[in-house]
Amino acid sequence: MDYIPHTDTDRQAMLAAIGLQDVADLFADIPAAHRFPKLELPPPTSELEILQELQQMSEENVDLTHAASFLGAGAYRRFIPSVVNHIISRSEFFTAYTPYQAEMSQGTLQALFEYQTMVCALTGMAAANGSHYDGATSTAEAIIMALHVARGARRRIVLSPTLHPQYRAVARTYTQGMGLSLVGDDHLANAEPKALAALCDGDTAAIIVQNPDFLGCLYTPGDMQALADKAHDCGALFVVAVDPVSLGLFTPPGAYGADIVVGEGQALGNTLSFGGPYLGLFACRMEHVRRSAGRIVGETTDAQGRRGFVLTLSTREQHIRRDKATSNICTNQALNALAAAVYLSALGKAGLRQVAALSYHKAHYAADCIASLKGYQVLRERPFFDEFVVQCPHPVAAINRHLLEEWDIVGGYDLGQDYPELANHALLCVTEMNSRAEIDDLVDALSEVSEMKIK
Amino acid sequence: MTEPLIYELSSPGRKGVVMPEPDVPLAELPSDLLRADLPLPEVSEIDVVRHFVRLSQLNHAVDVGMYPLGSCTMKYNPKVNEVAVRLPGFAWTHPLQEPETVQGNLALLYELQEMLAEASGFAAVSLQPAAGAHGELTGVLIMRNYLYDRGQRQRTKILVPDSAHGTNPASTTMSGLTVVEVPSDARGNVDLAALKAALDETVVGLMLTNPNTLGLFDENVLDVTRLVHEAGGLVYGDGANFNAIVGICKPAELGFDVMHFNLHKTFSTPHGGGGPGAGPVGVTQELAAYLPGPIVALSETEEGSLCLPQMPSRSIGRIKSFWGNFGVLVRAYTYIRMHGAEGLRRNSEYAVLNANYLQARLKGTYPVPHGDRTCMHEFVAQGRIEGAEGIRTMDVAKRLIDFRFHPPTVYFPLIVPEALMIEPTETESKETLDAFVAALLKIAEEARTDPDLLHTAPHTAPVSRLDEVKAARELKLCAPCY
Repeated sequence: MDYIPHTDTDRQAMLAAIGLQDVADLFADIPAAHRFPKLELPPPTSELEILQELQQMSEENVDLTHAASFLGAGAYRRFIPSVVNHIISRSEFFTAYTPYQAEMSQGTLQALFEYQTMVCALTGMAAANGSHYDGATSTAEAIIMALHVARGARRRIVLSPTLHPQYRAVARTYTQGMGLSLVGDDHLANAEPKALAALCDGDTAAIIVQNPDFLGCLYTPGDMQALADKAHDCGALFVVAVDPVSLGLFTPPGAYGADIVVGEGQALGNTLSFGGPYLGLFACRMEHVRRSAGRIVGETTDAQGRRGFVLTLSTREQHIRRDKATSNICTNQALNALAAAVYLSALGKAGLRQVAALSYHKAHYAADCIASLKGYQVLRERPFFDEFVVQCPHPVAAINRHLLEEWDIVGGYDLGQDYPELANHALLCVTEMNSRAEIDDLVDALSEVSEMKIK
Repeated sequence: MTEPLIYELSSPGRKGVVMPEPDVPLAELPSDLLRADLPLPEVSEIDVVRHFVRLSQLNHAVDVGMYPLGSCTMKYNPKVNEVAVRLPGFAWTHPLQEPETVQGNLALLYELQEMLAEASGFAAVSLQPAAGAHGELTGVLIMRNYLYDRGQRQRTKILVPDSAHGTNPASTTMSGLTVVEVPSDARGNVDLAALKAALDETVVGLMLTNPNTLGLFDENVLDVTRLVHEAGGLVYGDGANFNAIVGICKPAELGFDVMHFNLHKTFSTPHGGGGPGAGPVGVTQELAAYLPGPIVALSETEEGSLCLPQMPSRSIGRIKSFWGNFGVLVRAYTYIRMHGAEGLRRNSEYAVLNANYLQARLKGTYPVPHGDRTCMHEFVAQGRIEGAEGIRTMDVAKRLIDFRFHPPTVYFPLIVPEALMIEPTETESKETLDAFVAALLKIAEEARTDPDLLHTAPHTAPVSRLDEVKAARELKLCAPCY
């Protein structure tokens, strides 16, 4: 079926107004030999049929409303208050586009302005944009911005090995034509702030770390400030990737010298949705904002002096500056940013702290229980938030198979995929969604599997 | 009619959604790591609901009225898409689950890759890019790496017509290549003589939007692609305007080597107030090894056929985390399956019919520089009205707001002074188009009789004309309450 409202009479009247006989006459400019090809697509369906089919397809998945999950690693199962979906389902929001005509788009503009304010509040930074595609592309854009701040004079980027592996991969894809050297992430030992600091030199445009890092470790504000100072001594920017929910409890990067803060904002009111659409958080110091990328909403007044909001600093952007723009980004993730703004408003100051604290306590309960099991060791050299590393007695893939088949549990992330030295190590994530009973089941399951002979 | 900021509704100690008490023993918090304050709003749930509902009412949207924003394809967004994407089996799957546990998702992605390939004539598709510009960066990197692998590192330039979207030159720069602009000819096509002169062994390729941003199908497209290929270059298709030609022609058959699709335009996924979108990229067989991954491949295993992730052998790398904007992909899949081949072709036919009808009705009042030609899904008029010399495009656009129509894209493409780029899409009825024409004709009349009415428009919007210069100069990017 389609959504075309025209009757045959409409079509005839319109063709007559144009001065043509037939709809096919509209396509005379298309080379005749290639006009009207046959498309081999499945036959059309009704709404009823496609929904039945999609229901069936979706049920071929193991979804996390039916299994207990301890999988995080950059995408998080968190509670979403009912008001979030209610608001983002308002079609005045979701069927609008980029607010090019501000007077007709004050809803989107003000919501994004509030979102920017909340991102600044969480991260402790002075300026935030209206979003990038995800945490990975925000990181890549931070690198490009650091190059602009250095006016193209610096070609080296220092990456922590415990910055999310996919962020590092995307950063390399984005910058492959720029003649940069991205260094530091080839040795896990460089996760240590002092080791990373030693890699920073006069050619370095940015040092990028994650806190809590990919392995769940939290670094103290003192450690981070020392790294920031080293970056600044070298004339480089200090970039920090964050988990925004952790900022409900822990010191924001703005308090320890960050110049740019990036992160994955999915956990703020967005479903897992198999990896997207997510939300690229991006905040920076006010002095650098003119070299940043993406849509930015600013406050202004109308002709009668009333407060209003517009897209601002657009002279940075591709539709004005073309090849001299700070980035090519146009479409972003505005609806996901709206979800985050509603989520943070609904939970507020007290609620976000509660979410973070619940996750912290549950994760520590789980870690303590697992640490007492024979064959397992929890790596606890540093404090952690809601993810931690467990050394296992068997390959993680084999353990996870058993957890799913026998216990309906989706296990942790197999770190051996990214770090050869961490074979047989799992990254477990515990959030407010995991009940004590689920955690106890996980512990029993791990205990059981420890005794088994599996490969 | 303005709405306070959520922070202005905040009151210390007021609570919204409350979380449960911990069901585990409390662990000690590391005091040296804790933050002092958390400046988020303190509001009740009803405050949140009323605030954001009121904000929504300050927006124009496709579901409110016609939104003829050129090059954005603001067509109706079917509601079934929203139901589909919220099915728990899709919404609550984790991107790092083992492939065997997400076969429903991977099968959907595999089929969508195949359907997009069939609709465009390309051999392979990657669904990773999150938006059109993201697809452009992907495509340009693919072209560059393909040629560099063949020892042609002297190729450093991308040709971009002067009518192109700003994203084309911006994506080129991000790829480390330089932009060479190619002019259009008198009929709005790529100027063939200029193209020939620009083509040499330093050119990676040409980025071509076809139909172009004037809404015109390049009459010499086969010559254009042949010339680029003869010079050893590749042709990138900007698929922003694909809604005009689905089922009408296959870009790959016209000589395009790479193209991105804007699923939020052609395939009806909602624009979300600026995103999310999706910008999958299709390529010819020769370039398939360079696609960003993972893509989904069908593999025969002992347990039957499985859909599994695959990294193409010469992949440019990962361009986004995980699997792309999956939720957007589910919506596009739903849309394509409901339409089938005939439905998609019908969409393009009516999109083009609607645009030509508007062009025919308006060109006597608003100049249309290429109004002698049949346009595709959009056309570019000018906000210049005879007998009203002080009126500019921006005045016409702002006055349209008072008639409850979203203005067309303004001042783009750059090669048409005072441009009004109008794209009605196929889902607007003749009655709506006639009302839009009536509004524009009325505005032209007002321009002559009462020009101030236009200069000071809009009059009925929640705010009057906003001071953009002040916004950029004084730079207030977040609320002072924080």
